[in-house]
Amino acid sequence: MPVFSHSDYLAILLSVRVAVVATLLSLPFGFAVAYLMTYKRFRGRVALDVIVNLPLTLPPVVIGYLLLLLLGQSGWIGKWVLQPMGIKLIFTWKAAVIATSVVGFPLMVRSIRTGMETIDERLVQASRTLGAGWFDTIMNVILPLSVRGLIAGSILMFARGLGEFGATIIVAGNIPGVTQTIPLAIYEYVSSPRGDVMAMALCLVSITISVVMLIFHEWLSRRMTRAD
Amino acid sequence: MNLTVKVQKKLGTFYLDADFAIQGDRFGVFGPSGGGKSTLVSLIAGLRYPDRGFISLDGETLFDSSRKLHIPPEHRRIGMVFQRPHLFPHLNVRNNLLYGYKRCDPRYRNVTLDKLVNVMQIGHLLDRGVRYLSGGERQRVAIGRAILSNPRLLLMDEPLSAVDDSLKFQIISYLKDTCAIFEIPYLFISHALVEMRVMTNQVITVVDGRVTGQVTAEGLARDRMKGTIGYMNLLRLTNPRRINGLSVYRWGGQELFVSSDSSLPETLFELSSTDIILFKRHPEAISARNLFEVTVTSVFDTGVRLGVELKCGSEVLIAEISKEAANELEIKEGAQIYAAVKAVAFKSLG
Repeated sequence: MPVFSHSDYLAILLSVRVAVVATLLSLPFGFAVAYLMTYKRFRGRVALDVIVNLPLTLPPVVIGYLLLLLLGQSGWIGKWVLQPMGIKLIFTWKAAVIATSVVGFPLMVRSIRTGMETIDERLVQASRTLGAGWFDTIMNVILPLSVRGLIAGSILMFARGLGEFGATIIVAGNIPGVTQTIPLAIYEYVSSPRGDVMAMALCLVSITISVVMLIFHEWLSRRMTRAD
Repeated sequence: MNLTVKVQKKLGTFYLDADFAIQGDRFGVFGPSGGGKSTLVSLIAGLRYPDRGFISLDGETLFDSSRKLHIPPEHRRIGMVFQRPHLFPHLNVRNNLLYGYKRCDPRYRNVTLDKLVNVMQIGHLLDRGVRYLSGGERQRVAIGRAILSNPRLLLMDEPLSAVDDSLKFQIISYLKDTCAIFEIPYLFISHALVEMRVMTNQVITVVDGRVTGQVTAEGLARDRMKGTIGYMNLLRLTNPRRINGLSVYRWGGQELFVSSDSSLPETLFELSSTDIILFKRHPEAISARNLFEVTVTSVFDTGVRLGVELKCGSEVLIAEISKEAANELEIKEGAQIYAAVKAVAFKSLG
């Protein structure tokens, strides 16, 4: 029976924390982008679509490297925004959150959009003619009718976040107890001699969290179907 | 309602160019499907932007392209009933009904939930989810929701097209009565002539994206006799008695025998103008159950045939006969003749 070290426990906790924070942070932005893509026709819509979906096709390492260039000490945001405010992101758990958010964002937007596209446009029109402005309509018609998409997107993004490796290791590093998540810890065990058992134990933890999430998703969608 | 519209809108290959001004509370927009009625309505509601033009309602400008003015739909106070109910699926009946009411300026809250529920008889539905309503109930709730937003004008875009025939005229009477009680002017859009005649007084006709005329609903029906459509007399009959398997109604000071098993206190019947047989003198005995002494009040040409307007007690019927028959019967204005109608010729509309 393998015994987890203190840093292993921290890695498990950090993985969950990073995935949860990244998901929660992305939710409002994901909803806003999905709304724009579904309901608005504007210049640069295609460009936005490409940028949002780019992380799906790019290797995570490339995303990590681009983030490092952007947020690092000599990067645009790092130099002009973060440094003057005294914020250091690179090689902290916050950088892991950002990496996870960027990588998982397109999955979330896609799920929300799929849900939003099934909302009848006439419901939106009915809301407007009943005296609700566009923001009122978003909050009271589109948002409640997008709940399924929001839940599906969140779970997908959480699951993707738990497995995030390539982008995270570049922007957050692999510092045990500080930025080391489950995949990074597994990587470290696998690359060290006699680490196989611990790697396998962490794999089991990872599988367990994923299975629990999927069961939770299934339960939630059944409950919602019944409520309908 | 005092509505002035002068708009142009291009949609793909379709071009709408509408120019009309109407005054009245029960107006209809009539025309074939695809003629631009729905587009016109969405421009008035503010759901689409005209390319050019001007829209004003009761002295307030809602759209004016020369001033770049576009009042958004939520500030127009124009209610809308669509072809389908489009109730909010995440809200129950009560909250659907109150959706517009809550957003209506308290100054204009004339119709309240209690009053509406009373008139529309939907109290038993209030706490239900909208998925548990029948088709007719859903459309009633949709109508109630629009009325409860206390609009100054209600637009109804073919509100009965998705409703079963058997329910259509029940809903029509709800619509008409509710709008009358709460004094809400409306614009009723339809391609069904009978609906138009029941719901409206005045009608504008829209064909191929253009407003082609403004007539009375009755005038429109008579005008359409020139085609192959004929004319339907509409009779709203109340409180039947049952005699020998027939329903007997009082109508225009006489009794009317109708073959119908309707037990409703009020039923709308249609009677085709070609189902009325005219006699010069009183026939001794005939199989038709209804025989009236009538006065010819006008005769008009419908192309191949003649339309004959008959005064029947205090009511009016339109019959249609061939020109030869008219000669033989010596039909002319003021002539006293007899009209016979079989009890089975009446078709119940609900």
